[in-house]
Amino acid sequence: MRHLTLVRANLGRHLRRTVLTIASVALALFLFASLRTVVTTIALTGQFGSARRLVVTNATGIVFPLPLAYANRLSAVPGVQAVSWANWFGGRYGDGKRFFANFAVDAESYLKMYPELVLPPEQREAWLKDKSSAIIGVRLLDVFGWQLGQNVTLQGTIFPGDWTFTIRGVYRPSDAVLNDDMLLFHHALLDERTNRAGIAGWYVLEIDHPDNGPRIAKTIDDQFRNSSSPTKTGTEQAFNASFATMWGNVGLLMNTIGLAVVFAILLVTANAMMMSARERTAEVAVLKTIGFSDRTLFGLVMLEAGAITLTGAALGLGGAKLLYRATNFNAAGFLPGFDVTAETLLAGIGIALALMLASGVVPALRAARLPVIQALRRVE
Amino acid sequence: MALVEIRDVYKSFQREAQHIDVFTGLTLDMAERSFTALMGPSGSGKSTLLNLLAGLDKPTRGTVRVARAEVSTLAPGQLAEWRARHIGFVFQSFNLLPVLTAAQNVELPLLLTSLSRKDRAERVKVALGVVGLEDRMDHYPRQLSGGQEQRVAIARAIVADPTLILLDEPTGQLDAKSSQEVLVLLRRLNEEFNKTIVVVTHDAHVAEQARTVLHLEKGELIEKARAAS
Repeated sequence: MRHLTLVRANLGRHLRRTVLTIASVALALFLFASLRTVVTTIALTGQFGSARRLVVTNATGIVFPLPLAYANRLSAVPGVQAVSWANWFGGRYGDGKRFFANFAVDAESYLKMYPELVLPPEQREAWLKDKSSAIIGVRLLDVFGWQLGQNVTLQGTIFPGDWTFTIRGVYRPSDAVLNDDMLLFHHALLDERTNRAGIAGWYVLEIDHPDNGPRIAKTIDDQFRNSSSPTKTGTEQAFNASFATMWGNVGLLMNTIGLAVVFAILLVTANAMMMSARERTAEVAVLKTIGFSDRTLFGLVMLEAGAITLTGAALGLGGAKLLYRATNFNAAGFLPGFDVTAETLLAGIGIALALMLASGVVPALRAARLPVIQALRRVE
Repeated sequence: MALVEIRDVYKSFQREAQHIDVFTGLTLDMAERSFTALMGPSGSGKSTLLNLLAGLDKPTRGTVRVARAEVSTLAPGQLAEWRARHIGFVFQSFNLLPVLTAAQNVELPLLLTSLSRKDRAERVKVALGVVGLEDRMDHYPRQLSGGQEQRVAIARAIVADPTLILLDEPTGQLDAKSSQEVLVLLRRLNEEFNKTIVVVTHDAHVAEQARTVLHLEKGELIEKARAAS
């Protein structure tokens, strides 16, 4: 602790250089944390889903619908306790720059199926009673400044025309991974306005026990194998994970970019530390003459490297954590639950420590091994 | 028993292909509380002798004993500890750390002791008082004159109360007035505070202040003179 004055003074010697080096470390670790959080959020989204929920889609592809008549037959499959269905609507609001997911759902069964969508009882009742109404995620209140009871009009892209809904409810997801910026409206309204009654985008089933999932899925798919719309049934988690894989090997890409940035910053930091150490060759010799041991001098240089990298880490990692939390960032609904995890913070701290070692060890060893006589001769 | 005992010391350097013998069997004693000036032409071995006394360099052969420690046999870690305790070193070009204030520069040797912050501050104040710079404690080296910088360097050398103060051309970069101030200070340290001082110099005025003047030429002690007191 008594050497901190010396460390502080040395860091202040070229204040601009120190600040820029800290800033570059902070920026690198901010980017690392951000990119890694994209990866962890996608992975988390892929893992979301109740083990007691199965999703039934058209075996040809998710864009192909299924007959609504399947609902009764699905309900009759042993082990199936509840059935609901939904359809991707694909509406745009305003200039369409702010994307958000909107679905036509069978309101009553859907809310029962997803208790994670937390809605005040009176709003729930109001929505169920009003076929032309919708419920929205709490985030959309902030994004568009909407209010309860307000009419909002979406332009249909898949189902053309202006679609006006009265906002009857605002849900808050009980699980952060669930989107808080969706708009859900009545499937019955979609049927009515498009004259295509009897079509569902996909089904969601609640089953009696997770262990029965594979058996029930096989029963359903076997049942519809020879129909005009064969099915593909899987767990909700697998269904969500299939969306995650649509990003491609984004994890590899993000991690590679993140590590490349960190490596570039390592070179910058190491260069700054080497320059700093070279400038102080004479002073190190003087300190040795005073009685500072090789070990103490090694420690002093490492402390400087540590002060730079760990301050940068605190700013970069702490900044990322606080910024994304404060702004409730979710990449326009693509990355719900975007939050820098403890594991990412630990990985960032690990990188900062590695940066400290990689940038500090060489100048620290040089300081410790400096031959005093030659150095003093250069000074004198 | 002498504070400094140099026995049959050989020191040689290899500079590229050239083999240089600096000392070939140097033997020398320096008493406690002595004030010795080492004089001689460039390359005579004055600074090498100073470095041997400070434990910054090791003899090729022979023994260097200072304050009852055989310096040439100490391990690097022990040597640093020994130096912190027994040696105060003053350079020709002051060598204050530019990022530290006068007080912080003087405090450096005390950082290696177990003294509390308060005791360190007290000692720094005393040392700067001895060199007459108590009012410059918070000044940075760039805010001091050459003479003041050297006095701060001397304060740094004496603050830990070392056994031996070594000075390498302490007035080499000072004007006449500042040189005189430093010389008076050295004399005072020797006479009033009983410090043992060894000073390497080319300057006859500096040598005049010493009680003993040693002349070195090509690594050999050719004359031992007593300066006027």
